[in-house]
Amino acid sequence: MIKTISLRQDRLLFLGFCVAVLTMPLWMKLVGAGYPDLLQKFAIYGIFAIGFNILFGLTGYLSFGHAAFLGVGSYTAVWSFKLLSMNAIPAVLFGTLAAGVFALLIGYVSLRRSGIYFSILTLAFAQMCYNLAYSVLTPITNGETGLQLARNDPRILDRLFVQAGPGVPDVNLFGVQMFGYNGFYFCAVILIIAFYIALRITRSPFGMMLQAIKSNQNRLKYAGVHTRPYALAAFVISGLFAGLAGALLVVTDPLAGAERMQWTASGEVVLMTILGGVGTMVGPVLGAILIKYFENIFSSFNSQTLHHFFGVLPDMLEKVAVAVSGLFVGEGWELTLGVLFMLIVIFLPGGLMEGIRRIAAALSRRAAPVPPVERRYAK
Amino acid sequence: MDAIILQFLNGLDKGGAYALIALGLTLIFGTLGVVNFAHGALFMLGAFCAVTLQKLMTISKHMRDDSVTFFAAYKDVPYLKLWLGDTGQKLIDYSVPLSILIAIPIMLLIGVALERGLIRHFYRRPHADQILVTFGLAIVLQEIVKAYFGANPIPTPAPPIVAGSADIGAWIGHAGAITYPWWRLVYFLFSAVVIAIVFAFIQFTTFGMVVRAGMRDRETVGLLGINIERRFTIVFGIAVIVAGLAGTMYTPILPPDYHMGMDFLVLSFVVVVVGGMGSLPGAVFAGFLLGILQSFASMNEIKSIVPGIDQIIIYLVAVVILLVRPRGLMGRKGVMEE
Repeated sequence: MIKTISLRQDRLLFLGFCVAVLTMPLWMKLVGAGYPDLLQKFAIYGIFAIGFNILFGLTGYLSFGHAAFLGVGSYTAVWSFKLLSMNAIPAVLFGTLAAGVFALLIGYVSLRRSGIYFSILTLAFAQMCYNLAYSVLTPITNGETGLQLARNDPRILDRLFVQAGPGVPDVNLFGVQMFGYNGFYFCAVILIIAFYIALRITRSPFGMMLQAIKSNQNRLKYAGVHTRPYALAAFVISGLFAGLAGALLVVTDPLAGAERMQWTASGEVVLMTILGGVGTMVGPVLGAILIKYFENIFSSFNSQTLHHFFGVLPDMLEKVAVAVSGLFVGEGWELTLGVLFMLIVIFLPGGLMEGIRRIAAALSRRAAPVPPVERRYAK
Repeated sequence: MDAIILQFLNGLDKGGAYALIALGLTLIFGTLGVVNFAHGALFMLGAFCAVTLQKLMTISKHMRDDSVTFFAAYKDVPYLKLWLGDTGQKLIDYSVPLSILIAIPIMLLIGVALERGLIRHFYRRPHADQILVTFGLAIVLQEIVKAYFGANPIPTPAPPIVAGSADIGAWIGHAGAITYPWWRLVYFLFSAVVIAIVFAFIQFTTFGMVVRAGMRDRETVGLLGINIERRFTIVFGIAVIVAGLAGTMYTPILPPDYHMGMDFLVLSFVVVVVGGMGSLPGAVFAGFLLGILQSFASMNEIKSIVPGIDQIIIYLVAVVILLVRPRGLMGRKGVMEE
């Protein structure tokens, strides 16, 4: 069943998305997240999750190794800063491209299998990259310390125009420094562009083909369609997005470490996409924001905040409430995440977006029941 | 020659752990059709059974140390030692092997509760959903353990009688050439025994026969009037016990911390895939094979030829196997081949 979505609806969605992203500093203040470091992360991981959704949500391939592309993007971007210029544009460009080439290689091999074998293959490749980055590739990745900028890096392009100053120069965009809100707006604009591209891909004939691969690959094959090039294209596109996100991470904080490539990082982007809503446009961004919010805000709660929060309760109750909720915040924020994630997978397979849809449907009191979520994975 | 034997031995204990976890994973996958990403966390829970017993046994009384007469010195003496004397000290020394006794009922309980409460509802959902929910479960279990035991590894020593190293070289006429920690030898033997018990159970009992039949064709077994669901609950419990025991006995080799399970889980999945989804002998064979391969790859002679090979050998093998022979080394034809 294909829902017809009019161009007008899409324009509205895109416009709403633009407004929401650009005004993020204002309304995020209400929930205590209105500072640029965190907002940058929202935008960057939003890009990562949007790209992942093109592969997982649209095409139905569950990759457990996407962090490798994020890492490659980061390392390439740092090298671009070191060798070429402190300008953000070449770093982002090269980071994205390198991750794309990398995704082409890994995808070409991994897509020979599907289902759980595909997941294990991508996981194996990502773990190989991670282990190599820690051991043999130390000259390129600087191992455990992480790759950093140094004062005496060559920076060929910069040297053509200006003399080397004292200290490590800042990342800039033609002179505008990428600190604070500048960095956030840079990431936000790229997030909007990425969202637009993903929207166009989803609505294009190519996007329809990807959805067909998800819903029934065999039938497509019987109809004489060679599906692998399409799946590979989706894989490379999501790799490009991941590389872009990795490069942006470096633009806002010029440091790249191998732990970015570990499989838990790949698991995180899966969590984001599922939490928000697989296969929806806005869902992955929502999931990314939620997880990064938990990671930064929930983890900073301590018992004092809790006592303050539960202060209205009687003493006994307050102590119990603080002791119980103390498990879930601060150090234990991942427990909240795990519980939330399980609840969503069990009761709300469509993620937050399905929850929103259900609430909207209940509010508008339509007699027609909500259609069941279509099956999300390639058989 | 000595070096080769040594590396072979080094691979055995790790291979034993891989084999035990992979065996449980395969049992669950073969019977229930569920991909269990929480299996590593169950391995970790088993390890923490040993930690808990050790902590319980060493609850101590803070008392005056009479051997020091110059000033008031205090020492902590475990109650067990106060009450039972040397026997108590012996019990404390043997806490790791003893914790097998408490690990079995605890893990069985956890396994049955999990199957009844959670896994059962995921039989008919796609594999990806099963992966995701068990992944979430693994995070929850880890974080609970972290909340109670902290994030640092907790040392749990082996009994003193097997604390040293065995001079295996002496057995074959090269005294001193090969020394190998006793406990690793114990672990290998232990894993071999557990594997043998599980196989005997599956192969020679009526219950095992029903389980094997269920692995082949669960619908027909159900039509024959056998309550296959209940048997599967028990199978899940057994798989959880096996993972738990693997963890319990592994504690003297690797001091347990809350994320030890995840590290083993990824490798064990690779082991399952290499051995063949749903093949029990395949899981055991691949477990030992990969453990031994890994230890050979970390030999200096080999590392100098192919740098970094020790880091990636397991994944490399998995990639090659998946591309060349997707059903794994011993997988049955047609089971999850595409």
